[in-house]
Amino acid sequence: MLNFPIYLDNNATTPMDPRVLEAMLPYFNERFGNAASRNHSFGWTAEEAVDYAREQVARLINTSSKEIIFTSGATESDNLAIKGVFEMYASKGNHIITATTEHKAILDACKKAEKMGAEVTYLSPAENGIISLQDIENAITDKTILISIMHGNNEIGVLQDMKGISAIAKKHGVLFHSDATQAVGKIPVDVIADGIDLMSFSAHKMYGPKGVGALYVRRKNPRVKVTSQMDGGGHERGMRSGTLNVPGIVGFGKACEISQNEMAEEAARLSKMRDRLEKELLTMEEAYVNGSVEHRLPHVSNISFKFVEGEGLMMGTKDIAVSSGSACTSASLEPSYVLKSLGLDDELAHSSLRFGLGRFTTDEEVDFAIDHVKKAVNKLRDMSPLWEMFKDGIDLKSIEWAEH
Amino acid sequence: MAYSEKVIDHYQNPRNIGTLDKDSKAVGTGLVGAPECGDVMRLQIEVDDTTGIIKDAKFKTFGCGSAIASSSLATEWLKGKSVNEAMEIDNMDIVEELALPPVKIHCSVLAEDAIKTAINDYRVKQGLEPIEDTKKHY
Repeated sequence: MLNFPIYLDNNATTPMDPRVLEAMLPYFNERFGNAASRNHSFGWTAEEAVDYAREQVARLINTSSKEIIFTSGATESDNLAIKGVFEMYASKGNHIITATTEHKAILDACKKAEKMGAEVTYLSPAENGIISLQDIENAITDKTILISIMHGNNEIGVLQDMKGISAIAKKHGVLFHSDATQAVGKIPVDVIADGIDLMSFSAHKMYGPKGVGALYVRRKNPRVKVTSQMDGGGHERGMRSGTLNVPGIVGFGKACEISQNEMAEEAARLSKMRDRLEKELLTMEEAYVNGSVEHRLPHVSNISFKFVEGEGLMMGTKDIAVSSGSACTSASLEPSYVLKSLGLDDELAHSSLRFGLGRFTTDEEVDFAIDHVKKAVNKLRDMSPLWEMFKDGIDLKSIEWAEH
Repeated sequence: MAYSEKVIDHYQNPRNIGTLDKDSKAVGTGLVGAPECGDVMRLQIEVDDTTGIIKDAKFKTFGCGSAIASSSLATEWLKGKSVNEAMEIDNMDIVEELALPPVKIHCSVLAEDAIKTAINDYRVKQGLEPIEDTKKHY
């Protein structure tokens, strides 16, 4: 039995695992204490739960619980990492290196830092979405304090070379932050082996609740500190004040534990499903995968269907919930900046769909999606003047289009 | 974004999709928009040379649902009108009929442009002056 619409937008958010919800429930009412209350059992119970969850979260990324700062989500973690490092290491330098394909939380935090006096280098990726290690190393100056490069991209799923980047950072005595929101819980992420100094991630991308995330902050080799961006009671080792979201944190911990136990099997199942979806859709003419297919998250596929427009395509695929790189789906009228960074024409960027499979995606749902997307693409091509021109052998680039 | 029922109806059952012979003297073609903007409309009219009435209209559109609906609606309105009457079709009539939200007004503007471009293409083929579009869109 299929329930419509079929959810294939797991990069945006994931449904909560029922086991996570179950773990959280007591902490809303029975065990409602403030984890910072030291004087009574309500507080101790909450603190115990937070400590346990902190262990679960730390274990997933192979670190100790002392290095986990709980936040409201990856956006806050990214802001804390970028602005916090910029402020803390101001005496050392003011230069930050990042990439054009980063999430807006990084790009906008960098823009804010620029207003405060930072110099930021935005590296462009190769056509496959991967940032060149050479480019990173070449960008380093004696003022560089931080390299921030994401682990897995949210739109195309492309993975960056964590070990390669951290080796460069170490060689030059520069900190390395990674926004690993899409990667943690989906593929093995090991901050020790990967040499990451700061790392952002979030519960709701791995079947946990919304409104809770973490920033990993390395405590030795080197000892990293960030200037708090939220001041108050000095929670989270003084780096992030604010009463802890106990039920959220408990859920985050549980989500991490489940992901750790089931990751290998889940990734194998999802990549097989994703590959089948992709292979079937690529049997259509003029369909292209965006970004590297070798270095990619197991559950993501971003495909452009040339000569159809993304929003029209979304309307034709209303029985599945996916994202489009096209303009009009969001408030802005620009096509996806990530796809444009890969060097895609606006035209191809407008024509893309992002599929994000998840823990609860079934083979039957994928079968339906394949059929549904094919039908919609064919229908829209039948009414596309561009497709007709293409079929007539007319080079679209030879036409003088009137901008409007 | 929620689409109006009329937009959904035109999207699901587009009227008059197709291609007329662009080399025919009785056919006017308007190709407007640009692929990189995410909208391209091609609207064609076929005019009866004795009556001056538009006897057929066809479209093909690359674009969002509102763009498809605007051009589909335009072809419906064009059929049976004289060329001069067709020149009077205003983009705001399309906005109203399809209940387009403000962010989709450009789709109706494009449809009006396509109509006027098609008419002028026809006029030029007939040895007439193209009609200057003095209207400003805001």
